[in-house]
Amino acid sequence: MSFVGTANAEWALNMPRGITDLSVETYNIHMMIFWWCVAIGIIVFGVMIVSLFRHRKSQGVKPATFSHSTTAEVIWTAIPIVILMLIAIPVAETMIKLEDSRDPDMSIVVTGYQWKWHYKYQDEGIDFYSSLARPSLLARRKESGIDPNTVDNYLRDVDRPLVVPRGAKVRLLLTSNDVVHSWYVPELAIKKDTIPGIINEAWFNAKEVGTYRGQCAELCGKDHGYMPIVVEVIEPEAYKAWVDARKDGAPQVASSK
Amino acid sequence: MSTTVADLHDHHDDHGPAKGIGRWLFSTNHKDIGTMYLVFSLTMFFIGGAMALVIRSELAIPGLQFVHPEFFNSMTTMHALIMVFGAVMPAFVGLANWMIPLMIGAPDMALPRMNNWSFWILPVAFGILLSTLFMPGGAPASGWTMYPPLVLQTGNAFPFLIFSVHLMGISSIMGAINVIVTIINMRAPDMSLLKMPMFVWTWLITAYLLIAVMPVLAGAVTMLLTDQFFGTSFFLAAGGGDPVMFQHIFWFFGHPEVYIMILPAFGVVSEIIPTFSRKKLFGHDSMVYAASSIAFLSFIVWAHHMFTVGMPLTGQMFFMFATMLIAVPTGVKIFNWVATMWRGAMTFETPMLFSLAFVFLFTIGGFSGLMLAAAPADIQYHDTYFVVAHFHYVLVPGSIFAIMAGVYYWLPKWTGHMYNETRGKLHFWLSTIFVNLTFFPMHFLGLAGMPRRIPDYSTQFTDFNTVASIGAIGFGLSQLIFVWVLVTAYRGEKALDRVWEGSHGLEWTVPSPAPYHTFETPPIARIANEAFE
Repeated sequence: MSFVGTANAEWALNMPRGITDLSVETYNIHMMIFWWCVAIGIIVFGVMIVSLFRHRKSQGVKPATFSHSTTAEVIWTAIPIVILMLIAIPVAETMIKLEDSRDPDMSIVVTGYQWKWHYKYQDEGIDFYSSLARPSLLARRKESGIDPNTVDNYLRDVDRPLVVPRGAKVRLLLTSNDVVHSWYVPELAIKKDTIPGIINEAWFNAKEVGTYRGQCAELCGKDHGYMPIVVEVIEPEAYKAWVDARKDGAPQVASSK
Repeated sequence: MSTTVADLHDHHDDHGPAKGIGRWLFSTNHKDIGTMYLVFSLTMFFIGGAMALVIRSELAIPGLQFVHPEFFNSMTTMHALIMVFGAVMPAFVGLANWMIPLMIGAPDMALPRMNNWSFWILPVAFGILLSTLFMPGGAPASGWTMYPPLVLQTGNAFPFLIFSVHLMGISSIMGAINVIVTIINMRAPDMSLLKMPMFVWTWLITAYLLIAVMPVLAGAVTMLLTDQFFGTSFFLAAGGGDPVMFQHIFWFFGHPEVYIMILPAFGVVSEIIPTFSRKKLFGHDSMVYAASSIAFLSFIVWAHHMFTVGMPLTGQMFFMFATMLIAVPTGVKIFNWVATMWRGAMTFETPMLFSLAFVFLFTIGGFSGLMLAAAPADIQYHDTYFVVAHFHYVLVPGSIFAIMAGVYYWLPKWTGHMYNETRGKLHFWLSTIFVNLTFFPMHFLGLAGMPRRIPDYSTQFTDFNTVASIGAIGFGLSQLIFVWVLVTAYRGEKALDRVWEGSHGLEWTVPSPAPYHTFETPPIARIANEAFE
């Protein structure tokens, strides 16, 4: 099997840090709780493992007879409460920021369809559908005879990506035309359900140009696995040119492909 | 006249089971019904497991090899429904049926005919559910969570899905009523509530949870039914309804439901660890309070399953803090188990091995649970394989390992013979290795951004999916050893009445195998336990 010449995301073990301030904060929260868990795990499993080796019948030990200790129980009720408070405070601070979608630089209406996305730029008068790119579409069929490893960004590529400028506060207004979907791009730390009859809000301010990929995260029927999301973050001047080109009735294919 | 009086006073001690199929169809005996529950559960475990293997086979490498996406979705949906309602819950009801009367010194369950009925509803419910696999439009494919509007796109299977869920609920509610009435009314005269064994305690709490939330599920699915067929718009935005309301109602049932599947597991493990540590359970009363606190908190955390639906900030905060609080009583339980082992004199028979793995691996599931509680991080984890890893850690090496521990622990009491310890240990080690091989890599997949419930994936997810699939096949095959142990269980050496050296409790005062009728005269729990000191 050859991987030469294919553009595919790298193998990853951990959550991406992402490209917004809040995605980095989210990553830090994730790692903070992870390390708390590691510390607690070392203590609890450590004590347990010591016990498993030392307190065996085969070592000739006589079992102790204690069956409670109020002091110990108070301590191991109180310490977790303190740890939880230490965790909860920074987490709550981030939550407040996540919900603050005031004063956006631009707004995009995201509508989920079975099984594609529709993007409508509120002020620019641009709107288009975004569906699974054709090479993936051909390869995804059962018995297609196409090795997915030979397809660029298999199942993570679209015909028309969402294009946004770097350094702008972009507000997403999310809804659905049919069933519940969920708009999920890990590098933006956004996962927000699109629900018929309801308009949800999310926002991001991308700090780095690049192409960021995600996909629908809420089961939405047979092609749930086939509605990817691609966000292209480009420099503000390039974005302006892109908008102008679209207004001039240029072909409905976005961006630099 | 005198003969009638004599008949009335006739002793029933010697009456064995009825002959033939009637013994099972019309049984009102808690032991027979317990056995039927356990056999049914094992059957469903294999059917649900086969579906898991379809899922893992399809996901072993990228591209579609075996099934179409719609059938894949049916498999994830049916796997979950069958494992939750068909395997885990009936297994615990089976253990409850067998052991609660023996542990509290009761002659049978309080409501034996209802007991028969609550069991026999189950094969009907799952017969209906499984029959949907052959219906036009296929089996339900909207996930076990049945979120509208997607669930309303189900084909002919839709009303059958609803009806089978109703039946499962009725069965669970009747089982729960039976457990509560038995425990409250039929304990040995000197067994106060706080002297009850932990398994009995956790089941009492579980039964209350069941009665509280199964009707909520029934209400939710009934509203789906009327939305589909009778023109209502509970969950349809076009008619003024709210799709998110279903999610709130579902998880108001669904979160207590997950504790319904773990509290009896806590009980089983709390019986086994003291036995093989040869030491009393540490902090019995605080274990009771911890289980009760978990049960109470389970009612006020449901929306942590919904951090991405767009809730007000204050709502998110409330559900996040309440969820984090669960770590406190859960921690107390884990610390108490470790303290029970501490300075004990441990031996490592199969039930103990499964219980120790339970403590280790359930704790790992608890850690990922704590991570999931933090709303901003949950936005990243939600609906990815991280969640799949989390709930499989608490359900497979959690609930299911506890069930297996319980079966090995009480099997000699049921059959009168020791099972084959070598095979039991082989089953344990293979299960433990493969369960980790299956579910641990899923953490990485989720963090890297692979959503759940997808039949095919982008190629960067290949390696860990392949590992998970190999693990799943290994885990599935390992369970055949379990069947082998069970089938040959009657061949081992004769079991003592008190099967395990360190065990306490009334169930070890009756002969092995337990006679068809036990405790026709209420025992004195204190005297029985003093005999074991």
